[in-house]
Amino acid sequence: MTRPRSTLVLADGTAFEGYAAGFTPEGGITTGEFVFNTALSGYQEVITDPSYAGQIITFTYPHIGNYGVTPLDDEATRPWCRGLVVRDLSPLRSNWRSSEELEAFLTRHGVPVITGIDTRRLTRHLRSHGALPGAFGVGERAEVDRAAREATGTDGRDLVSQVTTPNPYTRGEGELHIVAYDYGIKETMVAQLAHRFRVTVVPAWTSAHDVRALDPDGVFLSNGPGDPAALGAHVKEISDLVGTVPIFGICLGHQLLATALGATTFKLPFGHHGSNHPVRDVTSGRIEITAQNHNYAVAPESLARAVVSHVNLNDGVIEGITAAQERCFSVQYHPEAGPGPHDARYLFERFDHLLRTGQLETK
Amino acid sequence: MPRRSDISSILVIGSGPIVIGQACEFDYSGTQACQVLRADGFKVILVNSNPATIMTDPATADVTYVEPLDPDVLTDILERERPDALLPTLGGQTALNLTMELVRRGVTERLGVEVIGARPEAIDTAENRELFKAAMADIGLAVPQSGFAHSVTEALVIAEEIGWPIIIRPSFILGGAGTGIADNAEDFTRLAAEGINASPIGEILVEKSIAGWKEYELEVMRDAADNCVVICGIENFDPMGVHTGDSITVAPIQTLSDVEYQAMRDDAFAVLRRVGVETGGSNVQFAVNPDNGERLVIEMNPRVSRSSALASKATGFPIAKIAAQLAVGYTLDEIQNDITKLTPASFEPVIDYVVTKIPRWAFEKLPGATPELGTRMQSVGEVMAIGRTFGESLQKAIRSLEQGRMGFALATQNEFADLDDETLWHRCVVATPERLFALHEVLWRGASLEEVVRRTRIDPWFIEQLMRLVALERELHTVEVSTLDAREWRRFKQAGFSDPQIAALSASDTATVTRARRAAGVVTTFKTVDTCAAEFDALTPYHYSTYEDDSEVRTSSRDRVIILGSGPNRIGQGIEFDYCCVHAAMALRSMDVETVMVNCNPETVSTDYSTSDRLYFEPLTPEDVAEVIAAEQAACVDGARVIGVIVSLGGQTPLKLAHTLDPTLVLGTPVAAIDVAEDREQWSQICHRIGLRQPPGGVVLSLLEARKVIKDIGYPVLVRPSYVLGGRAMEIVYDDAALERVMTDLTSATGSLAREGGVSQSRPILIDRFLEDAIEVDVDAVRDASGDMFIAGIMEHVEDAGVHSGDSACALPPQSLSESVLERLHEYTARIAHELGVVGLINVQYAVKDDEVYVLEANPRASRTVPFVAKATGVPLAQVAVEVMMGVTLVQLRERAVVPATTPVPEYVSVKEAVLPFNRFPGVDTLLGPEMRSTGEVMGIGESFGIAFAKAQLGAGTGLPHEGRVFLSLADSDKVAGVAVAERLRELGFTLAATVGTAGYLRAHGVAVDTLVGKIGAADLGVDAVSLIASGEVNMVVNTPSGRSARADGAAIRMACTVYKVPCMTTLSAAQAAVTGIADTRERGWRVASLQELHR
Repeated sequence: MTRPRSTLVLADGTAFEGYAAGFTPEGGITTGEFVFNTALSGYQEVITDPSYAGQIITFTYPHIGNYGVTPLDDEATRPWCRGLVVRDLSPLRSNWRSSEELEAFLTRHGVPVITGIDTRRLTRHLRSHGALPGAFGVGERAEVDRAAREATGTDGRDLVSQVTTPNPYTRGEGELHIVAYDYGIKETMVAQLAHRFRVTVVPAWTSAHDVRALDPDGVFLSNGPGDPAALGAHVKEISDLVGTVPIFGICLGHQLLATALGATTFKLPFGHHGSNHPVRDVTSGRIEITAQNHNYAVAPESLARAVVSHVNLNDGVIEGITAAQERCFSVQYHPEAGPGPHDARYLFERFDHLLRTGQLETK
Repeated sequence: MPRRSDISSILVIGSGPIVIGQACEFDYSGTQACQVLRADGFKVILVNSNPATIMTDPATADVTYVEPLDPDVLTDILERERPDALLPTLGGQTALNLTMELVRRGVTERLGVEVIGARPEAIDTAENRELFKAAMADIGLAVPQSGFAHSVTEALVIAEEIGWPIIIRPSFILGGAGTGIADNAEDFTRLAAEGINASPIGEILVEKSIAGWKEYELEVMRDAADNCVVICGIENFDPMGVHTGDSITVAPIQTLSDVEYQAMRDDAFAVLRRVGVETGGSNVQFAVNPDNGERLVIEMNPRVSRSSALASKATGFPIAKIAAQLAVGYTLDEIQNDITKLTPASFEPVIDYVVTKIPRWAFEKLPGATPELGTRMQSVGEVMAIGRTFGESLQKAIRSLEQGRMGFALATQNEFADLDDETLWHRCVVATPERLFALHEVLWRGASLEEVVRRTRIDPWFIEQLMRLVALERELHTVEVSTLDAREWRRFKQAGFSDPQIAALSASDTATVTRARRAAGVVTTFKTVDTCAAEFDALTPYHYSTYEDDSEVRTSSRDRVIILGSGPNRIGQGIEFDYCCVHAAMALRSMDVETVMVNCNPETVSTDYSTSDRLYFEPLTPEDVAEVIAAEQAACVDGARVIGVIVSLGGQTPLKLAHTLDPTLVLGTPVAAIDVAEDREQWSQICHRIGLRQPPGGVVLSLLEARKVIKDIGYPVLVRPSYVLGGRAMEIVYDDAALERVMTDLTSATGSLAREGGVSQSRPILIDRFLEDAIEVDVDAVRDASGDMFIAGIMEHVEDAGVHSGDSACALPPQSLSESVLERLHEYTARIAHELGVVGLINVQYAVKDDEVYVLEANPRASRTVPFVAKATGVPLAQVAVEVMMGVTLVQLRERAVVPATTPVPEYVSVKEAVLPFNRFPGVDTLLGPEMRSTGEVMGIGESFGIAFAKAQLGAGTGLPHEGRVFLSLADSDKVAGVAVAERLRELGFTLAATVGTAGYLRAHGVAVDTLVGKIGAADLGVDAVSLIASGEVNMVVNTPSGRSARADGAAIRMACTVYKVPCMTTLSAAQAAVTGIADTRERGWRVASLQELHR
């Protein structure tokens, strides 16, 4: 297959040569913040994870698309990422579950791709320089350069409002009722909750008052894209809820909960994006291999009203906190695992236990 | 949990000789374990019978026993050493089985030795298929429908319930020996009988065959805190039905969605927990139905394995090393990741490249074996290659095999071109070593993806990848290389096309292609294996080549030496050469020189990234090696330089490459001298000039010329092709008829040498007078640049000249050679080494007949016997050679007491015995000959030759009997000497059985024979030989064939011995040695002794 040439340029001017695939955007160029993901499987879940809104995802594993896509593995109704960088895009899908080739799916959903890239060089660059904005596309190099210079990162941007559900909806039939804030919630998260509870998923801008009106047994704070520091309004609503109802947060939800508890967040050099991060549950000592996708983290010195429950063994970053008094806990990583290992799904049981007993189980 | 403080000494069991299914991957794992445990302050006691291993180096463990891996011997060692713990999970199936036997006998309990790494109950659950199936049922996992049988009748009942096709697997087996698939009752009956026999507990699993399903393997680890991780997932290119050791395998998994993968991961952990592997590494194999995702658990090994060695090399995560640490109490998070040095080992490696493993077989050396792959492993080695894409890694792996193929495209080596479509399809459907290339031809002819998948059941993703290579190949047919731009070059090079392949396909030549490519600015880049897909900085430089934007080789200001490894294990070139290369790295490190290793064999210690300063996991071809050298030269800063390349320690593989290197870079003996020794004419002239006798002979290209030579020298003659490995296609010929047969085959376009290019002026056939009844002798020596010599060891072969030296047993010191002969051996070896200008190792083979010394051949390079000599004498011969190559003199080495003043003559005797793969190939005659067929070797050490020989036999798996009946069937020429053997056997209390002729002769000479044995098909004269052996009433067989007669009759006897595991001596000299061994054992008993004691 002959594909048109395409060029990738980062904001610092570093350039890569490749070929265009997938969707052709207007003007032929797409921009966003470049991040990488090291997972060996689960590209569809990653691509459809709303947390990647505004970002261009580099897959470090060279062969992407091998097993096609299936609606069963969608994490949202559409991908929110701005583009994909891959080494090799499989034209063929080989798996009994799949219903469509990855490239057709991407084209259908408006996701541009650049293939044939030395993704290892790009990853090493992002590792040493941090997540960078940039652009890729066909056409004049000068155009791509300009787009790259003008591209913006995710700092200080509210991307949640783009991806949250416009209307509340309910799932599940458990005896307990929880309200799940959708800051960009993943389908697997909804499924894990609905497996145990009656869930009302509400838009990110829902007020604490309106949540209380739904009379939930607990509140869940979902993952989502972008900089938690840009989401002060949401934090305020959470602060209102803290102490009045048990709360469980994941990823962005964790950062917002921590902020509501008085902590601050900071941007990691290049974030955690993969399915192989070791996390220690500090109370049990057990190690979980976890799926992660975050660029921001909770600053340890800022944590006053909560204690650290989980740490990342690679770099010591806070991966979970608990505030027993307030019946709140949250984790930075993805226990729902879509994609990723199932090692931490026990946290949903812990939430269940918290709702039933008011106690935070620590094992 | 930190390191256990309640144990301080640990016994590690190795895996014994290299056999099919258990190769040097266990040297890699055992060596890692010994090193890490010692570094942590444990006293390590090692037992292994294989002298060619790094683990049995006296420096690897505190106490090293090179003794047979036998429960009685182990009991002696345990009683002597009284270790606190026994670690059985790093020595393959052999170590596990042996440990289980010690536990059953109550030895470990009596001596208070704790089995660590895997509890005996866990081993039992994993290894006993009945228990395993029940365990899987407990945790709700499906296993293939099946039942256990202990007799053929029982098996047939189960088979009727399950329906064909059925797979038969013996319990407690190694590499799938005795396993097979049957489609009908007749095959089934035969395979069931063989399987029951192969199983040490006489049990087989009769199972519904799921041939055609997808096959996966997960390498998993668990620590004492119940933390579980997957180190690597592997997907097989060949669907179920081919043993995983014989399958092309790929890492990571390519065609499972995350949902399926995570479910498989959950299952693997459930298996690990249920089986009860508390700490260490295991592998779990799965079959997946491609149509609906149904998943079955096939098996699990509660130990490190061939796959874990592969997974370690594929990911950079050292499973064996970490398994050893977990066994002594550490948890994964307490162990550092070697490669990043910053992150813990409690993670799951991710990779950003594709790894392909291809096995290497040796069917050409085993006439009578069918080259079809099945559930019984038959390969003798493997290669691994790393590329950024599957296509690149596959093509690199193909050229790593060193079988004359430059990549996937067949180019000029297309043996499939003349096949009609149906025959070709057949070759694609039946798994054979050549299937991959038959697939190429069928795709080249335009077969559709759907049809290939339907017929072969190979996953379409792989077939599509192959089709891409074929499409590029088509482009290359029409390409003018000088016009390609950088982007176009990169497309081909990124798909793994080598320059010679591009040259062949585009009708150019390699030099032009390389020049044009470099002119376009397309050069090799080296990426790093880092366990984390670049998420963290890698501090360990473990590289592979590809064609990308940038290279990651770091500069260094230290001088370096590049060591070229020996590639895949094969018969004739095995672990001995890896041993030598590893020693080169050790020696150079001690000299403060930076070491760079290049090799493509994932099983080895040399490809452990900690063996050398930098590891390049690369094919050993001129192009790939040149790129490594160029990269290393480019990485020199501050006046550092590449001092040179070591080509003489890795066997034929690096030697062949030596011609493509800058001669000034070759360290030690100049390449030209090596050529002289290989060139018949020049070599003869040298022998003549320095006054050495050779068996008379000549060089021929045809039958006519052969007849002419033989007219002068007379029969018998040794006929051998030049430039082959391990005596390939070599034969002893006694008459005209045999000569015609042999010469016709060798010169035929479809004969034995067809794949190697046939016979030509530059590769003629050598014919030498064969010296009957001569004693063969091997001499290993080192010469330094000043001309000083050190004769390191003289080995006397047990079998007469005519048996390949690699297949012959030998003793050090020599047992029967006179002082005068020994003197001449010293003298001649020195003369040859001086004449050739050797700097480093030389091995010379002699034949001694009637006190006359004939020189057979000289190899100015490391020989197969280097590790044996090192262990028998305590002199680290390979390291000595490397120091000498670097300019150190023997005088200096003597001053440092590294080299003794004279040839060491130990007070004990060491015997090396070859281990042959016949139990894998029931149709192959076990008779020894000039073509080497052994896969490995063992060493026996004792205070007499007899004891050392007996130990070696036990180590080789066929221990000599202490009592019972011996069956003799002797060639006429052996009958005279056979009388003495028979007499001694009677004196030792054995009863005798003999064939009619042999019995008549023995009786006529006053030796009583109790049982008369009839020839096959003439049972009226006595009990049938095969039935007698099958009855279990024979404890040893001596069957020596007559050189001239047809060997068919004897072949049946020898094969029966293989099947029923009866020791069988096929030469009279071996029989004499056996009798001495039995007598000495009885008289003196055995003592075990460590190398450290012996070398003191």
